[in-house]
Amino acid sequence: MYNAPHPLEVRILTRRFGLPNSASIDTYLAHDGYKAIEKALAEMTPDKIIEEVKASALRGRGGAGFPAGLKWSFVPRQSPKPKYIVVNADESEPGTCKDRLLMENDPHQLIEGALIAARAVDAHAGYIYVRGEYRYLIDILDRAIGEAYQRGYLGKNILGSGFDFDLHTHSGAGAYECGEESALLESLEGKRGIPRIRPPFPAVVGAFGCPTVLNNVETFCSVPWIILNGGAAYANLGTRKNGGTRLFCLSGHINRPGVYELPMGFPLPRMIEEVGGGVWKGRKLKAVIPGGSSCPVLKAEETNLPMDFDSLQAAGSMLGSGGVVIIDEDTCMVKAALRIMRFYAHESCGWCIPCREGTMWLGKLLTRFHAGAGTMSDIDLIRELAQNMLGKTFCPLGDAAALPTISIVKKFREEFEEHLNGRKCPHEGKG
Amino acid sequence: MTFSAELEARLADMVKRYPPGHLRGALVPMLLYIQDEVGAITEDVVQEVATRLQLTPLQVEEVVGYYSMLRRQPAGRHHVQVCTNISCLLRGGEKVWDHARRQLNLQHKETSPDGQFSLEEVECIGACSWAPAVQVGYDYYHEMSPEKFDELVEKLKNQ
Ligand SMILES: Cc1cc2nc3c(=O)[nH]c(=O)nc-3n(C[C@H](O)[C@H](O)[C@H](O)COP(=O)(O)O)c2cc1C
Ligand code: FES
Repeated sequence: MYNAPHPLEVRILTRRFGLPNSASIDTYLAHDGYKAIEKALAEMTPDKIIEEVKASALRGRGGAGFPAGLKWSFVPRQSPKPKYIVVNADESEPGTCKDRLLMENDPHQLIEGALIAARAVDAHAGYIYVRGEYRYLIDILDRAIGEAYQRGYLGKNILGSGFDFDLHTHSGAGAYECGEESALLESLEGKRGIPRIRPPFPAVVGAFGCPTVLNNVETFCSVPWIILNGGAAYANLGTRKNGGTRLFCLSGHINRPGVYELPMGFPLPRMIEEVGGGVWKGRKLKAVIPGGSSCPVLKAEETNLPMDFDSLQAAGSMLGSGGVVIIDEDTCMVKAALRIMRFYAHESCGWCIPCREGTMWLGKLLTRFHAGAGTMSDIDLIRELAQNMLGKTFCPLGDAAALPTISIVKKFREEFEEHLNGRKCPHEGKG
Repeated sequence: MTFSAELEARLADMVKRYPPGHLRGALVPMLLYIQDEVGAITEDVVQEVATRLQLTPLQVEEVVGYYSMLRRQPAGRHHVQVCTNISCLLRGGEKVWDHARRQLNLQHKETSPDGQFSLEEVECIGACSWAPAVQVGYDYYHEMSPEKFDELVEKLKNQ
């Protein structure tokens, strides 16, 4: 499954999508496959690999945008303990559906990326933590891993280098929180997915108490191209501190929803108009969620932005996970806030009280509000409650629930007021 | 308890994937794959998994209670999951959900008396650009509408 590519795309990670049998090792090998690990093993020291990834300005595609090379360099060189690679394939951030495509269409690219990371930090085992709902992808990955073992790209003495690496899939079983790195590690160890206090960070104490490189699927998938073509070439595709391309998932009220690979820093208005074909039904744009439901919402007039981590942060939002949700003028923002909060209330793991209680009460308040039974003072109460969750939890799920809520109340206050005094939602039924 | 040869082979492979002393790592995937065969995490399954992974039944129970896909009661032969999260909502996911409840005459997390269908409103299933999305078991159905939902149900009934 893959939408029609768009001419404005710069296809680095998606360049093999659409080839016959793109998931097979033969197709992969015929199109640059496993050339990067060959190069890394033959010509590069582990330090040189890390230097190249640093030079690429590749930043984590899971949401926070942390520089990948820097993260790898935090793994202790000398460690009496084994080290691990963990691929975060939990993809559950509402609005995000890109890792799924990367695994479905080109699983070997991910395997090779994880393998190069393993070489860089001297890890000999790794896990791909895949959300339980993605069973068909686990099957695709297991098949690809089997092929890689058969051809000597995984296992003992890879390509005669003396380097060993084992890679396994690991299924989750339904929990957004298990996408959060420390909860994911708990889950990988067979426990409830509850966040760990940090520091220590996973680079030092991660899986099974050992140093661990944990990155998003797309982050690992970017690595083979970087090694083959050089960090500088990758960096040049994007903007100064935001190297390369990324997969943007366009969804919501857009004419051509789909996943598009565009350079970092691509202007949001062009993404909506040219790539996505504009807002559907000839309607006007009301708002954009720029990087998955955890990000503060942008009003239409705030959307003249280049899509990179720093620009979005400067605009008071986040580039997040690449889920760009387009919202048209006929949408009720109270309802949007309510649906988003219901998600966080459902997914809060319950460990931190501000998040557990905050999301539950905010869900109740917003439900009441949308039903027309809210009061003027509720509007400020919603904002205050959300504000009180910020920064007060072990993991950022509390913030992820609070930030969009605060932004919607602040930027669309008049829509809350329209629901006062038992008035019917003015947007109901417009769909 | 013994499972099918295929599942036993998978489980045997699974327990080898984790480092020495961390057999427990296999717990979550093991439960899910067993549930797929047995239908639910029954008392027997809890006991069996605890024995195999050298855990107490309580340690298994607390994990079962955490994960939304693990269940104590079997779902229907066709477990229909409708996403109503933000991207799906914006493209009519709620209409599909309302329609599904009417057509199947089921509410959230209910199973039909004949065991054919169960229904669940779910959170984002990673199909946002092809919304609204429905999952039946592990199969995806994209760009759904009430009409397409009816066709799907007909197809499933005849399976
Ligand atoms: C509640 C929550 C859910 C998350 N879900 C995911 C996820 O599904 N996939 C992912 O890659 N990162 C997710 N993250 C981010 C991870 O914690 C982590 O930062 C990321 O996997 C690191 O990889 P990266 O540096 O390559 O982005 C989540 C974070 C939070 C707080
Ligand atoms: S919001 Fe429905 S699949 Fe993502």
